[in-house]
Amino acid sequence: MDLKLEHHTTDGIEVVDVEGEIDVYTAPRLRELLIDLVNGGHYQLVVNMEKVEFLDSTGLGVLVGGLKRVRAHDGSLDLVCTQERILKIFRITGLTKVFGIHDGVDEAIAARKSEK
Amino acid sequence: MATVEMTFTPLPAHVRTARLVATAVARRSGVPEALLDEVRLAVGEACSRAVEVHREHCPAEPVRVALTGAGERFEVVVTNAAAGDEGMAWPPKPAADGQDPVAVPAELGLAVIAGLADDVQVSRNGDGLSIRMSWPSGALAG
Repeated sequence: MDLKLEHHTTDGIEVVDVEGEIDVYTAPRLRELLIDLVNGGHYQLVVNMEKVEFLDSTGLGVLVGGLKRVRAHDGSLDLVCTQERILKIFRITGLTKVFGIHDGVDEAIAARKSEK
Repeated sequence: MATVEMTFTPLPAHVRTARLVATAVARRSGVPEALLDEVRLAVGEACSRAVEVHREHCPAEPVRVALTGAGERFEVVVTNAAAGDEGMAWPPKPAADGQDPVAVPAELGLAVIAGLADDVQVSRNGDGLSIRMSWPSGALAG
């Protein structure tokens, strides 16, 4: 399974839907998209990982890089993920403390709106 | 003798192939289904790291993977041939408690391997480094 990336704007927040495998081969495409979005002035991002089948440390690195970029503009990068096998990787690396991780896109957007 | 041995050119596209082969051999060796995700991820991390150091130090040399499932444990050895690979600190260092709000471990891949495989050994092997990992299989796994 390759990587499929789509994005759309909801309530002023850019939602990135990721499907497939994020690894050393495919992660550069996600990195490019996140950089493009930030360069295009989108600093409030939600990455929906509900259809991600595989995530490795390269993918984690890309997400951390994206987070650093949006924070440089006082922005945010939240994740949507309920899959235990993906959440486990965030726990192992301590990144559950770094990212806001939500059960759904609506919840992620609502949480971000309530912080404003 | 390993059950399955493979070598691949150090390109990111081949890491997925190595993951799939390792998972298939692990399943056939009796590794419980619940652990197959861990095997897949840990082997992917070890191969990704090998590809990275090969591309930096010896892009013409293949990465070697040996999978052995005959005994009570399923063992994976990923060997790189990069003589210049001096950077691996095992066990991996945790994220520094500094001011950086998004501090992450220096080598995320090694942190993932450490969290997934219950038995990991890193050793110098010829010119390069080997990461040896194992999981219960067969009768012991039951």
